[in-house]
Amino acid sequence: MPEAAVIRKPRVLSRVFSAVRLPVGDPFAVVGLVIYALFIVTALSAPLIAPYDPTEILYTENYDLASDLLPGEEGHVLGTTSLGRDIFSQIVWGARSALLVGLTAAFMVAFIGSIVGLLSGYFGGWVDALLMRLADVAFGIPFLPFVIVISAFSEPSIWNTVIAMALVLWRDTGRVIRSQVLSLRSRGYVEAARVSGSSDLKIILRHITPNILPLSFLYGSIAIGWAILTEASISFLGFGDPDAISWGFMLQDAFNSQALARQAYHWFIPPGLAIILVVSAGFFISRGYENLLFPKLGR
Amino acid sequence: MTTLLSVKDLSIAYKVGSNDVVAVSNSGFDVPKGTIVGLVGESGCGKTTMARALTRVIADNARIAGGEIAFDGQDLAALPEAKMNALRWRDISFIPQSAMNSLDPVYRVEYQIMEVLRDRGGMTRRAARARAAELFEMVGIDKGRLRDFPHQFSGGMRQRAAIALALALNPKLVVADEPVTALDVIIQRQILDQLRTLQRELGLSVIMVTHDISVVAYTCDRTVVMYAGKVVEDCDTATLLNRPLHPYTMGLKNAFPDLKSAGSGVLTPIAGSPPDLADPPDGCRFAARCPFAAELCRSTEPAPLEVEKGHIVACHRASEAAQLRLEASKPQTWEAMA
Amino acid sequence: MSDSLIEMTNAQLHYKVGNSISAMMGLPSTVKAVDGVSLTLKRGESVGLLGESGCGKTSMGRVLVRLEQVTGGSARFDGKEIGQMKGAELQAFRSRSQMIFQNPFDAVNPRYSIRRTLEEPLSNAGIKRGEWHDRVIAALELVGLGDPEQFLERFPHQLSGGQLQRVVMARALILEPEFVVADEPVSMLDVSVRAGVLNVFRDVRDRLGLTAIYISHDLALVRYVCERTIVMYLGRIMEDGPTEDIVHAPLHPYTQALVAAVPTPHVDQSHAPLPIGAGAPDPRNPPSGCVFRDRCPLVQDRCASDIPQPRKIGTRLVACHFAGS
Repeated sequence: MPEAAVIRKPRVLSRVFSAVRLPVGDPFAVVGLVIYALFIVTALSAPLIAPYDPTEILYTENYDLASDLLPGEEGHVLGTTSLGRDIFSQIVWGARSALLVGLTAAFMVAFIGSIVGLLSGYFGGWVDALLMRLADVAFGIPFLPFVIVISAFSEPSIWNTVIAMALVLWRDTGRVIRSQVLSLRSRGYVEAARVSGSSDLKIILRHITPNILPLSFLYGSIAIGWAILTEASISFLGFGDPDAISWGFMLQDAFNSQALARQAYHWFIPPGLAIILVVSAGFFISRGYENLLFPKLGR
Repeated sequence: MTTLLSVKDLSIAYKVGSNDVVAVSNSGFDVPKGTIVGLVGESGCGKTTMARALTRVIADNARIAGGEIAFDGQDLAALPEAKMNALRWRDISFIPQSAMNSLDPVYRVEYQIMEVLRDRGGMTRRAARARAAELFEMVGIDKGRLRDFPHQFSGGMRQRAAIALALALNPKLVVADEPVTALDVIIQRQILDQLRTLQRELGLSVIMVTHDISVVAYTCDRTVVMYAGKVVEDCDTATLLNRPLHPYTMGLKNAFPDLKSAGSGVLTPIAGSPPDLADPPDGCRFAARCPFAAELCRSTEPAPLEVEKGHIVACHRASEAAQLRLEASKPQTWEAMA
Repeated sequence: MSDSLIEMTNAQLHYKVGNSISAMMGLPSTVKAVDGVSLTLKRGESVGLLGESGCGKTSMGRVLVRLEQVTGGSARFDGKEIGQMKGAELQAFRSRSQMIFQNPFDAVNPRYSIRRTLEEPLSNAGIKRGEWHDRVIAALELVGLGDPEQFLERFPHQLSGGQLQRVVMARALILEPEFVVADEPVSMLDVSVRAGVLNVFRDVRDRLGLTAIYISHDLALVRYVCERTIVMYLGRIMEDGPTEDIVHAPLHPYTQALVAAVPTPHVDQSHAPLPIGAGAPDPRNPPSGCVFRDRCPLVQDRCASDIPQPRKIGTRLVACHFAGS
């Protein structure tokens, strides 16, 4: 049915979007959404906004190293680092790696967790037993040390950090979605679909998945914050990707260069603030989602 | 017979969004002392809201918008909360549909009954314990089960325990909200028998909220029929079942299966559904589903009138009721409305 | 083609319940929802399954549409074991045997329009897309929803309970099945609309010559729909026979109590005490021998040791050592 497939596609998409409403009723969530929008725009248009390459070592007009400049000096909005790199450009490019880390981790967490939850809840039996024991193991893993060990033993790259995080964080999503699927599975319309001959795959796709998508999104949005924080910690501790400019890396750089002792606030406050803003915006949004999904919990 | 409770012109409104939905509007009925009065109607007719308003335990977004609830020389609709609270359980008690709602799963049943007796009845521990045992005997549960937790009881026993709890302080009025709906027929019958016996022995007055006319037929002395937030008919149960005056009551009877009838009979539905209470129609609220609706019925709301002694009905055509009953017994009368 | 469509022989459906802790405390770990049931349904016959909650009537229905599978004995549809069907055979069974669910508000997906809900079985059965519209319209007309076009794009929350239950019926009937299990289809509906749904059910069943099982706890409703009634108690059949005979002269002591307990809309009622003990036993731990014995007025020593097998008494099968004597 090639013509049918063509007609179906936009309907599937519109259904996904109708399943995932934005929490615009909650003022905190709206603030969060605005911060996110700014953050995403910054990350996407980093090459346009940033005046310099964040790793480029800059020189003044006198061919001196442009190190430790204060904000405003020589046209550097936020000054420069001890190595003569432009801090503002680093912040802008840092947004890009934060977005990359956050979104991929969120996607992986939501994806793995949803698949596990669906299989485990729908099929039950040994599939359920196996997957839930795996989740138990994941619950037993200390998060940060695990990510550090994986990052340290593998090639230092942002991707390895993200994978290490996803390997642990899917457990919450998986558990929650499984319990949701368990209750959906006994709903009358799911049983009716079985009686009328719908295959398991069809039931999962048509009747169950649309109902768990909002939950996947909720847990994905929570994972964004976690991922950005974790990546910052890893980089700060020095296990990060040395070629990628991230906010955590900036903090580490500042720390190693005694920026604190030298009271170079312009160096460590901007990345710190950026992390706080984006992570709390993420939590505001997930809180808004939670109120949308479980209106009875709020107040 | 003296009147224990008299509800007059009561209106209860729910705030839904920015709208007022009037769940009960300008309705009233009397409860004579020592009788069981049934409050029947379909879901959303306002019977439960009305019954709950008598104990003033209503939803947060609901309010009594007008009218009077005269009980024992006081107006419950206007009573300050503190006084109302003193009245609750001691004078008016409540049996919920699901006994699990009145029993706390983490305490022994005995403790819960004693708590009511001691807190609200001011009894000593010893007296309360004795009274709890007496109550259990009254409702037909073995005293040995007093120390059980609610989950160890079957559905029927829980409902009996809820009745015991409601009777603990010798109230004057018991409001029972669908007390047997969730139970199987045999248990249902046993609970109703128990309730009736106790009511006779103790001279209780009971309001029985139900959707089931056969429950009303089995237990109630008087019956109040509600439709879309209004009382449409109110009289003694025998008259209501044999000579109803309101077309809705006639229709309800036709729709009800009857094991005692000769053949399997034919059940006749009432076509359509009740009006939206956020935007009720002008005129009689049943007019849209009534096979006898006249021009007047659609424009002017009929007032409840006592057309015969003790028989109140809100219908413009009540004077032709004998003829209408004949018509209403024919299925084609109702089928024409579908 | 054999005369009977459904055959159950000593069918059992036992559930595992509880956990290792309750097992250590010596609590029984199985619930015998259906325990040794044998019955035959002729083609075109409608049978009422009557009993109180937990008697196994719904479990029986679920076995017959393969929402559950027997854990012992056999349950056959048109001569084939239901639990062993696979592939094309199972697909064919799915269009021949259907279920009408109890709660219409739960039985249709709230996200789907009525049209999509009704198209699902058609798509499963491989009906050509070109025929869908006409089939959907025909099914809605069949269940008495006049002017069906107006319902197609509506969503479940825009329909009343009675209308929605008709949609549930339309979905069950759209593939023109031979066998339908109706699980308390009107218990969630208001009295004034129940009659309409029941009438449609009777009408459609007669018109399509359906074999039907009507599950209910209400004898008056079963009587309205079915010529034969099976009374169940704790997973076993107590009495089986023509409905009118059961209503007018029940033989099993349990049936007698059940018939006496049914309330009727008449005031002149005798209020005679029921000939039965109060509490139903724990289904995890039913009495030995006859499961009804601890509430039975006729009980004797023999009832504790011998499980009564169904005996033929007149038009009926009765599982009681002493009934009818």
